[in-house]
Amino acid sequence: MTTTTLPTYDEAIAGFEPVIGLETHVELGTNTKMFCGCPTDFGGEPNTRVCPVCLGLPGSLPVANKAAIEATIRIGLALNCSIATWCRFARKNYFYPDMPKNFQISQYDEPLCVDGYLDVEVDGKTVRIGIERVHLEEDTGKTLHVGGATGRIHGATESLVDYNRAGIPLVEIVTKPVPGTGALAPEVARAYVTELREVIRGLGVSDVRMEEGSLRCDVNTSLNRPGDEWGTRTETKNVNSLRSVERAVRTEIIRQSAVLEGGGRIVQETRHFSEETGDTRPGRSKETATDYRYFPEPDLVPLAPDPAWVESLRLALPEPPRDRRKRIQESWGLSDLDMQSVVNAGAVELIEETVAAGATAAAARKWWLGELARRANEAGIDLASVGATPAQVAELQTLVDSGKLNDKLARVVIEGVVAGEGSPTEVMEARGLAVVSDTGALTAAVDEAIAANPDVAAKVRDGKVAAAGALVGAVMKTTKGQADAKTVRELILERLGAS
Amino acid sequence: MSDLTRMTAAELAGTIAKGDASAEEVTRAHLDRIAAVDGKVHAFLHVDADGAINAARKVDAKRAAGDELGPLAGVPVAVKDVLTTRGVPTTAGSKILEGWRPPYDSTVVERLRDAGTVILGKTNMDEFAMGSSTEYSAYGPTNNPWDLGRIPGGSGGGSAAAIAAYEAPLAIGTDTGGSIRQPGAVTGTVGSKPTYGGTSRYGLIAFSSSLDTPGPCARTVLDAALLHEVMAGHDWRDSTSIPQAVPPVVEAARLGMTGDLTGVKLGVVTEFNGEGAEPGVLAAFHDALAALTKLGAEVVEVSAPHFQYALPAYYLIAPSECSSNLARFDGVRFGLRVGDDGNRSLEEVMSLTREAGFGPEVKRRIMLGTYALSSGYYDAYYGQAQKVRTLITQDFNAAFEQVDVLVSPTTPFVAFPFGSRTSDPYQMYLADLFTIPTNLYGGPGISVPCGLSEGLPVGFQIMAPTMADDRMYRVAAALESAVGTLTPPSLEG
Amino acid sequence: MAAISRDEVAHLARLSRLAVTEQELDTFAGQLDVILQAVARVGEVAAADIPPTSHSVPLTNVLREDVVINCLTREEALAGAPDVEDDRFRVPRILDEEA
Repeated sequence: MTTTTLPTYDEAIAGFEPVIGLETHVELGTNTKMFCGCPTDFGGEPNTRVCPVCLGLPGSLPVANKAAIEATIRIGLALNCSIATWCRFARKNYFYPDMPKNFQISQYDEPLCVDGYLDVEVDGKTVRIGIERVHLEEDTGKTLHVGGATGRIHGATESLVDYNRAGIPLVEIVTKPVPGTGALAPEVARAYVTELREVIRGLGVSDVRMEEGSLRCDVNTSLNRPGDEWGTRTETKNVNSLRSVERAVRTEIIRQSAVLEGGGRIVQETRHFSEETGDTRPGRSKETATDYRYFPEPDLVPLAPDPAWVESLRLALPEPPRDRRKRIQESWGLSDLDMQSVVNAGAVELIEETVAAGATAAAARKWWLGELARRANEAGIDLASVGATPAQVAELQTLVDSGKLNDKLARVVIEGVVAGEGSPTEVMEARGLAVVSDTGALTAAVDEAIAANPDVAAKVRDGKVAAAGALVGAVMKTTKGQADAKTVRELILERLGAS
Repeated sequence: MSDLTRMTAAELAGTIAKGDASAEEVTRAHLDRIAAVDGKVHAFLHVDADGAINAARKVDAKRAAGDELGPLAGVPVAVKDVLTTRGVPTTAGSKILEGWRPPYDSTVVERLRDAGTVILGKTNMDEFAMGSSTEYSAYGPTNNPWDLGRIPGGSGGGSAAAIAAYEAPLAIGTDTGGSIRQPGAVTGTVGSKPTYGGTSRYGLIAFSSSLDTPGPCARTVLDAALLHEVMAGHDWRDSTSIPQAVPPVVEAARLGMTGDLTGVKLGVVTEFNGEGAEPGVLAAFHDALAALTKLGAEVVEVSAPHFQYALPAYYLIAPSECSSNLARFDGVRFGLRVGDDGNRSLEEVMSLTREAGFGPEVKRRIMLGTYALSSGYYDAYYGQAQKVRTLITQDFNAAFEQVDVLVSPTTPFVAFPFGSRTSDPYQMYLADLFTIPTNLYGGPGISVPCGLSEGLPVGFQIMAPTMADDRMYRVAAALESAVGTLTPPSLEG
Repeated sequence: MAAISRDEVAHLARLSRLAVTEQELDTFAGQLDVILQAVARVGEVAAADIPPTSHSVPLTNVLREDVVINCLTREEALAGAPDVEDDRFRVPRILDEEA
């Protein structure tokens, strides 16, 4: 294997135009699975959420879940799609042990929703992402690979299958190819998934958590020289966070550009994204093209959504997130750029709820986009999963506003909250972090500092007020940072008659 | 007590209701008969004697308590081994399911239990219901009680032979291309395929999902109707189940038994009235037509030009669906696993398992179906077969504008000797030439004995419009009243 | 001319996960050829504008309410399995994703 030096992103994109496309799978939050009455709740003991149907036992038959059909239609409507007046499920045939029947009930050439779009904002511009189709299928079970070094399939000696997840309704949303985004392609991809997530969350049909796998993304990327036809695309799987969506496109653009610049050819293939390294690697190559032998699912009769029903679902759609954001942006008084960063961080609802819990918009934004965003980024998780709730953030701000915490202490309190030690007040008390505001104790500390540093004290007395900093530092040290620096300073100057 | 086994189901139900015999006595009589003759017939793959006695005792207890009993309470029934029975081995005639005990009952079996019938055991069949002779059962063929050297029909040869041999008064079959009717014809019994969607497929191990239909097997038309009413009706677990009332088949059978068919119009399918059938079969068929005419029926010829394409269409649609339905037999969640030596990969183990677990006919059909569904071939094969299916349905609809029911011989030939059609699979497929159109259309069809040819039974098929199952029962019962039932030679000695 | 070659049958066997023997390949190739020639007769029917029938029942929208129904117990679920480890179905190492 030869090692080549990869170009920078700017170098890579300079000579090419990218075309991207995204396939997103969303697990619906229905009570029961797609084709049987087993519950969908997360985290049960292995093989305890299964029945003859989702285990694919001989003789069992599927019956479609009405709530899942409805949720899919609502997603389609929210994405401005046309809803099929008649369509069928199809069997996608291939052998894999996480699929109990060795076929997946999906939709093939007759998806429930087609031809829509979603507008996203990138760099202050609106990009319209075409939606090819939205269809419904069933999820697979979970396979645990044993015996390999990393728990991966490669090198494993055996695998263990749990079918609890098998049959959970899965909505697949496929975009049309998106050309013309230029160097912004990675940001557009991320903005699309972010916006899609907002839309679906707003509908209340899924918790759309990427790290729990209820929202999963495959990213298609190709490059072409300006004026040329679109290039061969690769499909990158295993893209499991918003940040990774952006990184996966960026990485693939850099990789493809290097191949093409080197006179090579892009192979149409599936690649796997690594969250750790941020690069993509080819899946095992397939010796023959996959032939899924799709045919209409004979065990399920066609769907023919009544137009009146579809219309009633349309009328009941929530306010589109984009409209809502505009409204919110105005009421919070944010610039476009500030609002964009709030959206990109996935913080709109969090801030909204924090405001609802009593904080000012500015304070809420400061916490969510500052300390909490930093922590989420470090942990590689979504902001919503960082471990603090909007109510807790509002409570924290109240503690700051009332002077019980200073900024520095508040950050320490957050650490405790995120670690699950309790509410901000509980953490503050348990860790003994409250600002030392009792003047008696503070005065004693100040006097101690003055006594211990007679030279500095003399300078301050002589009017060199700036020298008081050293005394403040000494007081903060003895109070372990739990004093308000401003108060300490005032107290020192007062004691030394320099105020 | 041995004459209990000679009674019809209707008679047995009356006997039990009156208290002339207990359900347990009736059950034991049949278990004894099985013990005596099944060594020769091999109709059963599994006899559930304990389960049967327990079920019979429950009926007797209910009767003693004065509870109301259903019309077939206490009557024994044999169930084709393609329907799941909770805790009782279910193999579909395949090695791949040897020893499997399903954790659930099929809907049909659940209804049989609820009705107080007594399930004697599971009957032999061609593997996964693919075949017309039971020669493709992994557990050896069933022998025709009329001539133990001949086939009992298939795939449900075990169910038909069990009732022909008086091992059970009733049996359940499933019919995908004729698997109830053709065995009925060659064993001199009544076999009825209800309207597709009229009986639940939940728990029926699927061969071809869009065609499979459970139905009753019996020695008389009335018995078949009684069993039909117990097993049929809407089931929410089967999305293709029709949410309508069961057609009044028992009432229709009783009406037919009066022997009056005045005003009933029978259509003889031109395309099925000559070519392909043995002369003796055609002769018996025409004698039956004459008998029906005497009862007041009007016989006209109707053309169904696309019926000639039914067999080819069927042998594309059924294998295609089966190639997908049988993919789940992979040695992961249930059933046989072969070759897992710690070195082989899953794909190798799966392939060895399926190679060892499936018989030749099943493999042929899986590969045929895989081929017909492949991209590049789909339109010419599977897609075209589904269009032919539409045309056949249109033929039926046009025919039923003119006549009340269509009639034909059930199968072109009487029971053939073992081994005579296994070397050329397509020769075996011809056994279902006349029964297949009905499956593609989805309507009901019944086979009722109409006489003998060369000393072997001939079946008369009556086909009706969808959800008009009652019509065919009326005509079948009338024919039975005219020609009588058939009694096979004794199996004793 | 044969409708299907021995190589095609071998490919079908692989797609169908059937480890057929060389002898079976010969037999099946001949038999499938006869059957395919016979069923190819469906092509004789002019059906260009005829809609296909996938279901014979005239039903649509057969749906279930989103209400939980009792599952199998884990013991029931695993009872029929050829091999179980840690309450899961054990399978040999998986080589290919799909072929």
